[in-house]
Amino acid sequence: MEALTPLALIIDGLLVLGLLWLAWRALNCTELFTAIVLFIAFGLLMALAWVRLEAPDIALAEAAIGAGLTGALLLAALARLQSPDADAAVTGRITPASRSTSPMFRLALLAALAVAAGLGHVVMTLPADAPGLSHEVAAQLAASGVGNPVTAVLLNFRGYDTLLELVVLLLALLGVWSLGGKVLHIDTDPSPVLDTLSRQLLPVLILVAFYLLWAGADAPGGAFQAGAVLGAAGVLLLLAGWRLRAGLVALPLRIVLIVGPSTFVLMAVVTLLVEGQLLAFPVEHAGLLILIMEGAAMLSIGATLAALFMGGNPDNQQVHR
Amino acid sequence: MTAIHLYALAGVGLFTLGLHALIVHAHLLRKILAVNVMGSGVFLLLVALARRTGEAIPDAVPQAMVLTGIVVAIAATALALTLMLQLAAETGHATLPEDQRESD
Repeated sequence: MEALTPLALIIDGLLVLGLLWLAWRALNCTELFTAIVLFIAFGLLMALAWVRLEAPDIALAEAAIGAGLTGALLLAALARLQSPDADAAVTGRITPASRSTSPMFRLALLAALAVAAGLGHVVMTLPADAPGLSHEVAAQLAASGVGNPVTAVLLNFRGYDTLLELVVLLLALLGVWSLGGKVLHIDTDPSPVLDTLSRQLLPVLILVAFYLLWAGADAPGGAFQAGAVLGAAGVLLLLAGWRLRAGLVALPLRIVLIVGPSTFVLMAVVTLLVEGQLLAFPVEHAGLLILIMEGAAMLSIGATLAALFMGGNPDNQQVHR
Repeated sequence: MTAIHLYALAGVGLFTLGLHALIVHAHLLRKILAVNVMGSGVFLLLVALARRTGEAIPDAVPQAMVLTGIVVAIAATALALTLMLQLAAETGHATLPEDQRESD
């Protein structure tokens, strides 16, 4: 990449300064609520940074997850933390130990700056030209069944990463469920605006998710972005007061949660037996197989993210009401 | 100084801000925010370095790793928030035990 043009320098410079300033404010402002709102704004700026770094796949995921779902999770947790019966110890104003005048604060700042200096030195002395694995990816792209190199890496070249990632998501949800937390419960009826908006937006969100899944083969998009959009649709429904019916909780929800990992495991076993290698697809069927796996992964990712937002095991929903 | 360096150094800066906040703040929600900012810094550094391909398209492998990382990060955040809520429900404090002794 050539040296910065003045205009690019201004845009990138402002973006970087904005990111650092928002992060600093989010981490050091007095009120937790302000901190979370600033963190959501930080996520939006991160999405812009990904676009500037020519990583549109990550930008899509960050816009849905970093700026949307993480913020919703944090605000929901804060609301539960600051319920009326909670005492002052959990409401999270800045404690004296973390005030900027305390010696502890300054010592930690010095230590962090030392780490920054070391890392900064390493970054500046790295070779300016390092293609990494981009040549290998470009050379094998035609055999991967898809045209988007990021999708090719995620679903074909390093499919086992994605398999294990789906398992990690499931483990996180199992952890949340086994901690026995309460299911997010909203007593008040949704405002007419939220109610109408969620009804209008839901079909659009589902359409966008499937578009992202389909487009992900050759353009930015794919199972992760599509799953994140589905997860956001689920969060919107939960906020509007929609609940899973008891009949849908027990088995259907669990089937959707494991359809992604189990499709991956099944495909891994089949390819191991047929092709002799884990998740190595025959070239002529790779496109279709990847689409099937991405579809299953999308459903599981979306359901897991929405279930993580719900907080507790929905089996206990009736008990807590 | 190229855009790559600019964003890579911004990644280092974010990691540092997060590390500092992780040390100085007692409240667990602030620590969770701090870890998320540190993660964003690492992701920014990885993707900036993946751009060192000259005129060709960026290296897709680090980009795919970061995409995976973002999804894992939100799952870990959700688990951490649930642990924090359980701790607050059990003890009445959203801080770790050492921190309570300090502030008493």
